[in-house]
Amino acid sequence: MRCFSLTVGICMGLVATLTAASVYADSDEEKAAANPANWAMPRLNNSLTAYSTLKQINTGNVGKLQVAWTFSTGVLRGHEGAPLVIGDVMYLVTPFPNIVYALDLNHDGKIIWKYEPKQDPNVIPVMCCDTVNRGLSFGDGKIFLHQADTTLVALDAKTGKVVWSVKDGDPTKGETGTSAPFVYKDKVLVGDSGGEFGVQCHMTAYDIKDGKRVWRGYSEGPDDQTLIDPEKTTSLGKPVGKDSSLKTWQGDQWKIGGGCTWGWPSYDPQLNLIYWGSGNPSTWNPSQRPGDNKWSMTIWARDLDTGVPKWVYQMTPHDQWDYDGVNEMILTDQRINGRERKLVSHFDRNGLGYTLDRVTGELLVAQKYDPAVNWTSGVDMNKNSANYGRPTVVERYSTETPDVNHTGICPAALGTKDEQPAAYSPETQLFYVPTNHVCMDYEPFKVSYTAGQPYVGATLSMYPAPGGNNMGNFIAWDGKTGKIVWSDPELFSVWSGALATAGGVVFYGTLEGYLKAVDAKTGKLLYKFKTPSGIIGNVMTYEHGGKQYVAVLSGVGGWAGIGLAAGLTDPHAGLGAVGGYAALSNYTALGGQLTVFTLP
Amino acid sequence: MKLRAGAAGVCALTLTALWTGVVMADGSGDPAAVKNQDGKYYDKQGNPTYSIKADGTVDWYTYSGFIRYSSECLRCHGPDGLGSSYAPALVDSLKTLSYSDFLGVVAGGKKAVNTAQDLVMPSFGTDKNVMCVADDIYVYLRARSNGAIGRGRPDKHEAIPAAAKKWQDTCFGP
Repeated sequence: MRCFSLTVGICMGLVATLTAASVYADSDEEKAAANPANWAMPRLNNSLTAYSTLKQINTGNVGKLQVAWTFSTGVLRGHEGAPLVIGDVMYLVTPFPNIVYALDLNHDGKIIWKYEPKQDPNVIPVMCCDTVNRGLSFGDGKIFLHQADTTLVALDAKTGKVVWSVKDGDPTKGETGTSAPFVYKDKVLVGDSGGEFGVQCHMTAYDIKDGKRVWRGYSEGPDDQTLIDPEKTTSLGKPVGKDSSLKTWQGDQWKIGGGCTWGWPSYDPQLNLIYWGSGNPSTWNPSQRPGDNKWSMTIWARDLDTGVPKWVYQMTPHDQWDYDGVNEMILTDQRINGRERKLVSHFDRNGLGYTLDRVTGELLVAQKYDPAVNWTSGVDMNKNSANYGRPTVVERYSTETPDVNHTGICPAALGTKDEQPAAYSPETQLFYVPTNHVCMDYEPFKVSYTAGQPYVGATLSMYPAPGGNNMGNFIAWDGKTGKIVWSDPELFSVWSGALATAGGVVFYGTLEGYLKAVDAKTGKLLYKFKTPSGIIGNVMTYEHGGKQYVAVLSGVGGWAGIGLAAGLTDPHAGLGAVGGYAALSNYTALGGQLTVFTLP
Repeated sequence: MKLRAGAAGVCALTLTALWTGVVMADGSGDPAAVKNQDGKYYDKQGNPTYSIKADGTVDWYTYSGFIRYSSECLRCHGPDGLGSSYAPALVDSLKTLSYSDFLGVVAGGKKAVNTAQDLVMPSFGTDKNVMCVADDIYVYLRARSNGAIGRGRPDKHEAIPAAAKKWQDTCFGP
């Protein structure tokens, strides 16, 4: 037992070191995030509200905003995400080849260091819908980059030197990296893309110190792969039971089942739970994969340390429309029906805005956030019903029958909202949501699976929702009641993440390239400026040298650049209706640029 | 009569000139169908081509090509072959690409990675969802490239020929 006590001694020493290390890791990132001058996380904070307490720029003076400085990224493809600002340094990442820049804010963005990974360009064509990258993360003195080829790299924030690097997935099977990594406590979380290639997708936690894999939870498969505890993991209040995923797939189809995880996870430090959504099941032809296809299209609440889910909720069982469930999970504390509750809100591609109790996973609100949504008549909220929590599918918009053109389905596959994240202001208690207002015809057919090749199986055409020419809206949403408070129509889909500020101003970008500032209470336009290219990035703000700045990446691309470049046509407009709708290519061209604004 | 004959001669000349213009805008030459073999149309060089009736009815392959294009190619090349922020407009590419060029690029892929751009098209040589219907996609794009059909889903199409059905069953497998 001498050995034991000795071990204990060493162990205690180790524990002390480890604790100090993790406290450091913790405080480094949290300290940076707590300073309102910084923008130290992809969506500013772990709740993903993108609400800044900065208020130098406010409703009274935002009209005087001017460009302070600009920066060309040198890359042409679609620029999603937003830069980080920590102290005097701004960090940003480009689309493929994923160049990382550290820019000196004391010298109008002079380049402090630049890191360009070497990646096989063969990853480019397996990236569905452009070579985007949604941003970097910071923690433990490191900048984390999630490359297109799924490599997760930790760079020394001061020098740009590689500290460690790990391969998360296999691009030869269609698995790619587009999402921002997320740093919570002592872990770096990484999700994958590849739902259109039949990838069995997963979320993985790596140790912030050395990149060692801590856990990996798949979206579908046996319990030892999903990390689901059949007794403790619940769905709508009930334990899910053994192999809850396997039972909902035919044969081995779960192995190519999709359910990708390229969205925006949030974190509640008190509950130690992370929240994110899983994407569409593969293929897009629903008749080829009978069953509910769990747990694709699901809101997950997993323990950060173990990866074991506390609860799951599947929004769109047996998806028939490619309504990927990956969109951001925003955490708020609000009063519902007289009771203060910890909530998670989510604007799904399927057109429903969800609010759940984030402790228990109880479903509180599920309402359409675009009146055009027609594939469902609503979610069954009756707890005693056999269909509790399920959306009722309107028969004529089901795409279950293959080789038939199913018409007039709203929203289109790009969803009422895609990845571009919403913001939430605790002052107005409203969510600010960039939306699409587009419908589709959907014709599924049989496809065969080849590893690393697209596995789609549906043809679809998209067109603006009936009754107007606008393909997008920027809306304010009350998550407690599930109601639209105001709605600003936009010519094109709004494909830019929103920013809410204590100055009472909400910012977003448009596909034509405008940065827009609107009144948080009314949606009234207060300022706009045309940047050089269409905006699919997220607006961010920071303070430097006592001045507040607002910054956004321009650079059209992504699904929006592909789907809308040529302009949509209405296949049901009948003879004589020519062209119909605005073509994005008439408004903007490629080119990555950062534009930074401030008051004169 | 002489005069009329002369006018006819001028007319024929003009037509030839116009025709040459059309020919030059198709990488495979004159797209006019001269042969119908089991519902599949061929030009005088033996390349697959489209057949559009006066009432707008398109041949099966043009229709099938629209469906398959929209599923396999649209994601990069945009709706209706019109290009996107990501990849070129194939309605333009086919003005210079021949049928065999087209098949070569589809099967082998294409790379243009340089300081100005990173354009990479994958090889679809082993992808049945593309290779089994490569002719269909070609015929559809050829029709689009020559302005024989407009944007969107063709309204009316010929029924699937027995030969096409048999080919699909053989090529895709069970």
